Amino acid sequence: MRWRNRGMLARWLLSGEWQAHRVQSGVAVIAIALGVALGFAIHLINTAAFNEFSAAAHSLSGESDLEVRGPQATIDELIYPLLAGHESVELVNPVLELNVALPNHSKERKDATLKILGLDIFRASVMAPDLIGIPAEDKLFDVLADDAIFLSPAAMEWLGVKQGDILNLSVGTQTVALRVAGGLRRARAGQRIGVMDIATAQWRFHRLGQLSRIELKLLPGTDKAAFKAQLEQELEPQSQYLVAEPATREARVANMSRAYRVNLNVLAMVALFTGTFLVFSTQALSIVRRRHQFALLRVLGFTRRQMLGQVLWEGAILGFVGSLLGLALGYATATGALHYFGGDLGGGFFRGIKPVMHFDPVAAIVFFILGVGITLLGSAAPAWEAASALPAPALKSGSEDTALARLGNPWPGLFFLASGILFTRLPPIFDLPIFGYLAVAQLLTGGIMLMPRLSALIFTAISRMMQHAGHARPVLAMALARLANAPNQAAIALGGILASFTLMVAMAIMVASFRVSVDDWLRHILPADLYVETAASGDTRGLTPDEMKALAETPGLVRVDFFRSSKLMLDPGRPDIMLIARPIDISEPGNTLPLTGESIPAAQLPEGAIPIWVSEPMVDLYGYTPGKQVTLPIGIPARTFIVAGVWRDYGRQFGAIQMRLADYQALTDDRLVNDAALWLEQGVAPEQVIESMRRLPFGNALEFSDPGQIRALSLNIFDRSFAVTYLLEGVAILIGLLGVAASFSAQALARIKEFGMLRHIGMTRRQILGMLAIEGGLLTALGALLGFVLGGCISLILVFIVNPQSFHWTMQLSLPWRSLLSVALALMLLAAFTAVASGRHAVSGSAVRAVREDW
Amino acid sequence: MEKSSTPRQDALDLKPAILELRHIGKAYSSARDGRQVLTDLSYTLRTGEYVAIMGESGVGKSTLLNLIAGLDMPDTGEILIDDITLSSLDDDAATRLRRREFGFIFQAFHVLPHLTLRQNIALPLLLNDLPVEGTEHMLDAVGLAGRGDHFPRHLSGGELQRVAIARALVHRPKLILADEPTGNLDPDTAHDILMLMRRKIKANGASGIIVTHSHAAAATADRVLVLTKDGLHPFAAEKAADLPKQMK
Repeated sequence: MRWRNRGMLARWLLSGEWQAHRVQSGVAVIAIALGVALGFAIHLINTAAFNEFSAAAHSLSGESDLEVRGPQATIDELIYPLLAGHESVELVNPVLELNVALPNHSKERKDATLKILGLDIFRASVMAPDLIGIPAEDKLFDVLADDAIFLSPAAMEWLGVKQGDILNLSVGTQTVALRVAGGLRRARAGQRIGVMDIATAQWRFHRLGQLSRIELKLLPGTDKAAFKAQLEQELEPQSQYLVAEPATREARVANMSRAYRVNLNVLAMVALFTGTFLVFSTQALSIVRRRHQFALLRVLGFTRRQMLGQVLWEGAILGFVGSLLGLALGYATATGALHYFGGDLGGGFFRGIKPVMHFDPVAAIVFFILGVGITLLGSAAPAWEAASALPAPALKSGSEDTALARLGNPWPGLFFLASGILFTRLPPIFDLPIFGYLAVAQLLTGGIMLMPRLSALIFTAISRMMQHAGHARPVLAMALARLANAPNQAAIALGGILASFTLMVAMAIMVASFRVSVDDWLRHILPADLYVETAASGDTRGLTPDEMKALAETPGLVRVDFFRSSKLMLDPGRPDIMLIARPIDISEPGNTLPLTGESIPAAQLPEGAIPIWVSEPMVDLYGYTPGKQVTLPIGIPARTFIVAGVWRDYGRQFGAIQMRLADYQALTDDRLVNDAALWLEQGVAPEQVIESMRRLPFGNALEFSDPGQIRALSLNIFDRSFAVTYLLEGVAILIGLLGVAASFSAQALARIKEFGMLRHIGMTRRQILGMLAIEGGLLTALGALLGFVLGGCISLILVFIVNPQSFHWTMQLSLPWRSLLSVALALMLLAAFTAVASGRHAVSGSAVRAVREDW
Repeated sequence: MEKSSTPRQDALDLKPAILELRHIGKAYSSARDGRQVLTDLSYTLRTGEYVAIMGESGVGKSTLLNLIAGLDMPDTGEILIDDITLSSLDDDAATRLRRREFGFIFQAFHVLPHLTLRQNIALPLLLNDLPVEGTEHMLDAVGLAGRGDHFPRHLSGGELQRVAIARALVHRPKLILADEPTGNLDPDTAHDILMLMRRKIKANGASGIIVTHSHAAAATADRVLVLTKDGLHPFAAEKAADLPKQMK
């Protein structure tokens, strides 16, 4: 009986309230659903893409226990016999893995490369059987042929070739023609790879005697850790080899996109945060409106605990429905996004794969709990207020604002602000700006909590000023009086505006700062008139010394700088870094490099020291601070270098090192270069130079671009990578505006009696609507003003803490004033319109009936 | 203060006390000048007794009702409900006592607008874990038979107060507290409501306290008391001329 009765009572109260205020409840449910949906969808997309990316990377190496590779792209195959003869090794699988450029690339395939694996068919059939090519029945020896390549179905489809066709590939300035001999035994959906005999690959791609890695399968019972340590010791004197476990490679894959994925998830959480605030405002205003009803229930015998439970139960049901809807919506969104756009959300980490959507029950439960949890969090304060209100005073009219009196206490808000500031001083955790994110949340929460006090102070001051001036119009005076004297209710509406506008300002400043910094950086790093590279990118490109000479002798040039770029692995657990060798004036490195500080002057460098200049991530990730001596595996044996300066690099998140080309060539026997920067004689048009170079024997393999094109392309990529950010930001603002609409309409409903009374004493409907429009406009103006301040502070955290800690680059601050002011104006108009639209319903009823309303 | 009594109350005086007020004092410290509302007030209400309390505005009538209901606490003195000292109870216990032993009728009706009449009346039954079947009988008893599924917005003031009376009595409480129950009603409707209230309270064997400014309302009670700064006094017809005009 007891539980049946209580359940019945709770159901009556809930259904009565929700049927009467469907819009408010619906808006809260939608807000929660959107927040959960965004978070869940982004998690599912990122997880699917990441899993597919990891699986694809894993599938290329088969079932090995250990692998030996070099810090540079390839190692000498002379190490192979040493490893193969090791007594603990059962099988050795040599691999040459290359990203090969495509010559006749279409626009779609621009900058794309085909991953080609050179395998020893006999060993790979044991270690990685899926990667074995399937030749035609009458050409079984194609697996060893010197002109054959086997392609995965996705690669065939992408390249538009079939078995028997000829595939042209670029090697530097030359073209290599290979016969498509068949498909692969098994490839992952969407995986674009080609497989060749390893000897053919070495020969065709000018990598004779070189391997990318050697995979080892150990004899059963071998202690892997002990063997690894022993092997490292054996190889150490040569310091050109790294021994790694497959798990390390997986960690490297995870590290590549981790900061990006975490940032995107946090951004999705912002939408959930604004949803929490919306639930709070919906519940808080609902409590205010039902203050008399709750007081009556308390008089009739509802205990405090029952009251607390009732309000929390209401919130939990909103959260339950919203979260379920959000999970369904999120799953549908993720499925659609993966189907139509693939797994890449703009970061560029997951291009060219076809992730398969999997429902993740653990993530679903986590997001469901998160959705219900934040709803309960948003309901907690209103529920506590409802439970602790004294019933006798609450039964009287005019006590509505006292219901929210606790909101006026500034100390919790100040505490949040202070702790937020403290968090900005703390270092990253696991290379992630966890405290930076917390600081943003703390500042936003603290700022919102201070709103009642601030709005009361500001509107009281304005109201007094108007009274002293003595010519306040009644409608304006009443609007101001209401805002000044009922600050807690005003603050709830203001909180919605503040939350959305603050986030918008913070994100806009951060993105604008980033974009302006990238633009400035591009101008700095692209000083030449023309840039030339061998067709497309890839590991196999390069200009020979003869070709360099021919380029340099082209008429119309005053200066040519050649660049050699290659990958370097310093830590098997981290993504490769980029080594760039180029002409650098050691006395004025700032002319070439976008330095972030002073470079160590040439005179202060130790005798014989080779200077290098490192990008900002190198400082954070590897501790390469200016003046530090470091050993790098460039040349044999490894040499010691001195870090002479730090430069800003928005192009490579995982680190890059620049050194003089002359130093590089002195240390290695690598004479190839990848790119060239050309300075033209005065009066010479770029087209003339391009025409001359096209006439060179290798001219067709060259690709030209002017700095303007590169800048436009780079900024286009920048904007594309922030498209999802804009989308998430837009949804957060939409939820914020829903909150404004919900709180205005809830307040208008709660004020029906007041409006009825005002109409009795002679105020027209138009005047009441005018009063509401002024209230809405003034609140939004204050929200926008405070949003500028709070958003500005949060943008400082994003620019100077979150970005450097996530992506290891710094930027200069830029304020997009014009767009911010336009949005603020639009928001003010929208809020005023919302206030009037909400009020129109409240004043549409009979004035007589309105004053008779009990509640 | 001596206990009020008249000869015609002698029979009632033999019954056990349902309410005892012992030297009650109450001041509002939150008011700017710290106003003393009740001073050393004592009174005993017997089971089945139905009294009216009159008095000037602001003299503390509603405060007294709040104190009796356990919605507020006296600064001094003790209140006993059915021999239970209210001050010895925590908020939950006081709430449980209130839901079981009290029925409330307000001037402003206070009927939940989003519940049907039947649901409104059933509230005390649900709170007391009693079967809700008694609701239909109460609807019939207050003249609202067949209208259980209606919502309060369809009712007149008099009908709303009937709902409030039904809600106050449905769980058969021992004490009914009514604060200006006819203040919002026209004289004819008020008369009907008052008679209905008295009839139902008596039929239930309950006690009642009605706070009112209206002589007509007070006249329906067994005994009329006047609350002044000095305490509760029996209302004497000959003193009626001294009462403020609005009380007549």
